[in-house]
Amino acid sequence: MATTDKEVRELIKRDYEHGFVTEIESDTFEPGLNEDVIRRLSELKQEPEFMLEWRLKAYRRWLEMEEPDWAHVDYPKVKYNEISYYSAPKRPEDMPQSLDEVDPELLRTYEKLGIPLHERAKLAGVAVDAVFDSVSVVTTFKEPLEKAGVIFCPISEAVQKYPELVEKYLGSVVPAADNYFAALNSAVFSDGSFVYIPKGVRCPMELSTYFRINAANTGQFERTLIIADEGSYVSYLEGCTAPMRDENQLHAAVVELVLLKDAQIKYSTVQNWYPGDENGKGGIYNFVTKRAACIGDNSKVSWTQVETGSAVTWKYPSCILRGDNSVGEFYSVALTHNYQQADTGTKMIHLGKNTRSTVISKGISAGRSSNSYRGLIKFNPGAEGARNFTQCDSLLIGDRCGAHTFPYIESKNKSAIVEHEATTSKVSDEQMFLCRQRGINPEQAVSMIVNGFCKEVFKELPMEFAVEAGKLLEVSLEGSVG
Amino acid sequence: MLSIKNLHASVEGKQILKGINLEIKAGEVHAIMGPNGSGKSTLSQVLAGNETFEVTEGDVTLNGDNLLELPTEARAREGVFLAFQYPVEIPGVSNLQFLRTAVNAMRKHQGKDDMNAAEFMKLAKEVSKQVDLDPAFLKRGVNEGFSGGEKKRNEIMQALLLQPKLAILDETDSGLDIDALKVVSDGVNALRAPDRAILMITHYQRLLDHIVPDYVHVLVDGKIIKSGGRELALELEAKGYGWLGVKDNTTASH
Ligand SMILES: Nc1ncnc2c1ncn2[C@@H]1O[C@H](COP(=O)(O)OP(=O)(O)OP(=O)(O)O)[C@@H](O)[C@H]1O
Ligand SMILES: [Mg+2]
Repeated sequence: MATTDKEVRELIKRDYEHGFVTEIESDTFEPGLNEDVIRRLSELKQEPEFMLEWRLKAYRRWLEMEEPDWAHVDYPKVKYNEISYYSAPKRPEDMPQSLDEVDPELLRTYEKLGIPLHERAKLAGVAVDAVFDSVSVVTTFKEPLEKAGVIFCPISEAVQKYPELVEKYLGSVVPAADNYFAALNSAVFSDGSFVYIPKGVRCPMELSTYFRINAANTGQFERTLIIADEGSYVSYLEGCTAPMRDENQLHAAVVELVLLKDAQIKYSTVQNWYPGDENGKGGIYNFVTKRAACIGDNSKVSWTQVETGSAVTWKYPSCILRGDNSVGEFYSVALTHNYQQADTGTKMIHLGKNTRSTVISKGISAGRSSNSYRGLIKFNPGAEGARNFTQCDSLLIGDRCGAHTFPYIESKNKSAIVEHEATTSKVSDEQMFLCRQRGINPEQAVSMIVNGFCKEVFKELPMEFAVEAGKLLEVSLEGSVG
Repeated sequence: MLSIKNLHASVEGKQILKGINLEIKAGEVHAIMGPNGSGKSTLSQVLAGNETFEVTEGDVTLNGDNLLELPTEARAREGVFLAFQYPVEIPGVSNLQFLRTAVNAMRKHQGKDDMNAAEFMKLAKEVSKQVDLDPAFLKRGVNEGFSGGEKKRNEIMQALLLQPKLAILDETDSGLDIDALKVVSDGVNALRAPDRAILMITHYQRLLDHIVPDYVHVLVDGKIIKSGGRELALELEAKGYGWLGVKDNTTASH
């Protein structure tokens, strides 16, 4: 039995594949945060007045707030004045219009990440809005989207071109002062994606963004806003990886999804940020606020996420089910190893009649990691006939890791029904022995067992993303278990 | 082919195998019988490389190679196959995927290309019929919810797919109904080949009606105390282990 543990420890040592730093000159603000920094940022981005006001208001609220410490995670205090709040590739005014104009160094970076952008985009028919540091540099496949009337652009561009939409919906799902990190993001968000799908339109392709943290000491504050108008549909894919770093890096993104009547959004994330080395040094702090508001009746939102990265993750993609018959789904795989800490889960807030939600959470812990699921299912008095099904499974690899489940249920409506199932299992020595006895090496065996454990979530991912997620899990596990 | 010399093994400080000597030549079928807890499964697990057990003394070679210094998966790739007495379940991993991963691991070792999903599906379906398992079992999780008999047939199916040099079958006949016993025996007989050795552990001489062994050994308290031909099993069945001076009142009868 001890041997399996030893194997685990040895296999854990494989280095992070994406650990490298791209050398692109950055035009970066001096570290520090005050109102002047925000004014400069807003001016640099040529934002309309309302945007600056909104940022300043958020900043003032943030100053009054306290960093939360209730999550089941532990990390050194972030020094917000040592972070630089703006970093962009060198020539912001002459941004490349096509891939040929893109800095070849950047393209090589993507290649190292296994993301041959042009090929991928063409093969998969995916429009890619690549976020590099803080400014979006590449957008492809704009034409078919424009034909369909779909707006898919950097949010900085949307602020200038579609100020009515931005003003109406920005902060409508995650208010500027929603929480400490959301407030900070609202004050200093750098860039991100903006999507608008008009009435009755089915977005002709899957929309995809690759996030990536680069320049040292640059906090990353992405802001994503997706609006699905009545009867529209969109599938949005988000993926991230980051280079190896010694210092911890903060990431505090906000994602807002707005769904009007009969609209549907499928939001999938594969996340692979640098988790820190085997001693827990380095790695990304990932404090993200993701929330969807099903405003209209019969709308449906699905969050699917595969998380293998970050040193510390604090993330609860949530659904506010306001419209009658609206549906919220949450499918999650979270893998932690070494000293990673994840505190993730979801909140399903049932407000409308006959609203339904499904939560399938798969937590995998290896090494000395800690993996917590925290879920809130809430039924308000108006949620007549609402239902939730929650299934929460944990898989432990080795015996030095931990899994915790914190389910919270608040029901103010007697007709609402909740079903909750939870299991904890271990990759057993017997299972490993069976696989190895059949000639399968330990890494492959664990990867196979873990993939089997995650099957229900993987099948929710778009095809090409599912393949990638499987690969990612394998890479993460190759470095983590036996 | 397989040569075991003075093999001692212990688990959690307790000595289980106390000096096993056994020579098995290619093409031979050997049966091991013995009371419960005498160390039969331990022997099979030690041969397969289960690290729970510690080899404290002795040598084991397969075609002259020192087996004991190889990790489990390397032994498997050299052709050691163990049909488990209690096959473990792996929920969520389809039998098909598991089998293909195993077969491809073996092929890689032999310098052959991977079998693609379609090719493998065809092969797997044929073999599953051979052990009378509905191909629907290929889609289910590995041993997940399989009945005892289905698990055993699944083990034999794996042996047929992997074509080992040394097949160790640990009570593959236990818990089988009469028809299943026939199916499994046919499967084992299909494995019989001039370049393959088979080591069968069983409590029941009736299995030996179907699969006629070249030698029968009696394992008691970690040692082989008697070896003989097919007739030794019949004698044991008639007289019990007491006849061999074994104090333990467990007998081979059912
Ligand atoms: N993992 C283990 N930890 C402790 N003791 C063990 C372990 N495995 C086997 N043993 C002990 O070793 C002895 C031999 O067990 P083994 O399973 O080899 O017997 P067996 O001959 O196969 O018996 P059966 O006919 O009941 O299958 C038993 O006393 C058993 O309890
Ligand atoms: Mg046994």
